[in-house]
Amino acid sequence: MANFFDRLFGRDTSSSAQAAKERLQFVLIHDRTDISPAVMEQLKDEIIAVISKHVDINRAGVEINLSQTARENRLVANIPLVTAPSGGRKRTRGTR
Amino acid sequence: MTGKVLTITSGKGGVGKTTTTANIAVALAAMGDKVVCIDGDIGLRNLDVVMGLENRIVYDLVDVVEGRARLRQAMIKDKRLPELHLIPAAQTRDKAAVSPSDMIRICNELRPDFDWIMIDSPAGIERGFRNSIAAADQVLIVTNPEVSAVRDADRIIGLIEAEEKGPGHLILNRVKMDMVKRGDMLSTEDVLDILAIPLIGVVPEDEGILVSTNRGTPAAMDDHNRAGQAYRDIARRLRGEEVPFMPLDDNKGFFQKLAARFARSGG
Repeated sequence: MANFFDRLFGRDTSSSAQAAKERLQFVLIHDRTDISPAVMEQLKDEIIAVISKHVDINRAGVEINLSQTARENRLVANIPLVTAPSGGRKRTRGTR
Repeated sequence: MTGKVLTITSGKGGVGKTTTTANIAVALAAMGDKVVCIDGDIGLRNLDVVMGLENRIVYDLVDVVEGRARLRQAMIKDKRLPELHLIPAAQTRDKAAVSPSDMIRICNELRPDFDWIMIDSPAGIERGFRNSIAAADQVLIVTNPEVSAVRDADRIIGLIEAEEKGPGHLILNRVKMDMVKRGDMLSTEDVLDILAIPLIGVVPEDEGILVSTNRGTPAAMDDHNRAGQAYRDIARRLRGEEVPFMPLDDNKGFFQKLAARFARSGG
């Protein structure tokens, strides 16, 4: 519905202004934290290595992102655990 | 009187810092406040021509710093507005001729005699910028609704916060409302979402700004100029008044807008 109104008022989600906003949000997160996408990849690999020493994790499901609220930036890791079958079935659970 | 030091900066060049400084200064002086502007762009001075005072320069900021002139001798009094003054930059020197502590000393000397000490910062994040924010009590960040200007504004906001001068107030300059409506220009809301600092003014793109700069008569002196009105509103907000943000719709009537819309979809 929002999309309909956006288009009615000439602000569809594929507009160049929307593209500018999204590109800025992405580039500014990296500018502000001085963490490049390459460093992020390295962080991800090392976090996976450390956590796997202690618990079983679903490596393919690991996500590490920079997020921002107002002028605060944070590193958010989402690491799905592979829980051991302690009398139940094996299941994957996400932790933050 | 304890003057407030107000620094106008942007990171990127060409977004309208000098025009903004001149117009807010004119508006504040027209409201009866005592204002002195300092051109912080040593080597590339321009505040003098934008204010229309270029023919009256005898001494400049560097002459004061190096002891060849007293502050009062370097200060040009605007004959149109008795409360308005300018301390011009030197044109043949560079930023290193002045230090942050020089700026703090000069501003402290001016504070007892003025309500506002406005510093027009040069573009960039180097010495000239450092000089310009050293004495600041409040910082205004000017940007345009385009990716490069917003990115540089973000960098400047970070530096201002690191200097504990933050968060600064945002002036979004040269907004073209018809482009925003078409979805081809970042809106005020978009820019505020990204930069997340308080807004103090939105200035529409206005050909009258170039005309007034041609003549050396800042637009805020003209009661009918829309950008001038936006600058007068910023001045009132700086003085602590609650002023609603003016609608930026162009002056076209409904039928003209409709006709423009058909013309676009037809073409």
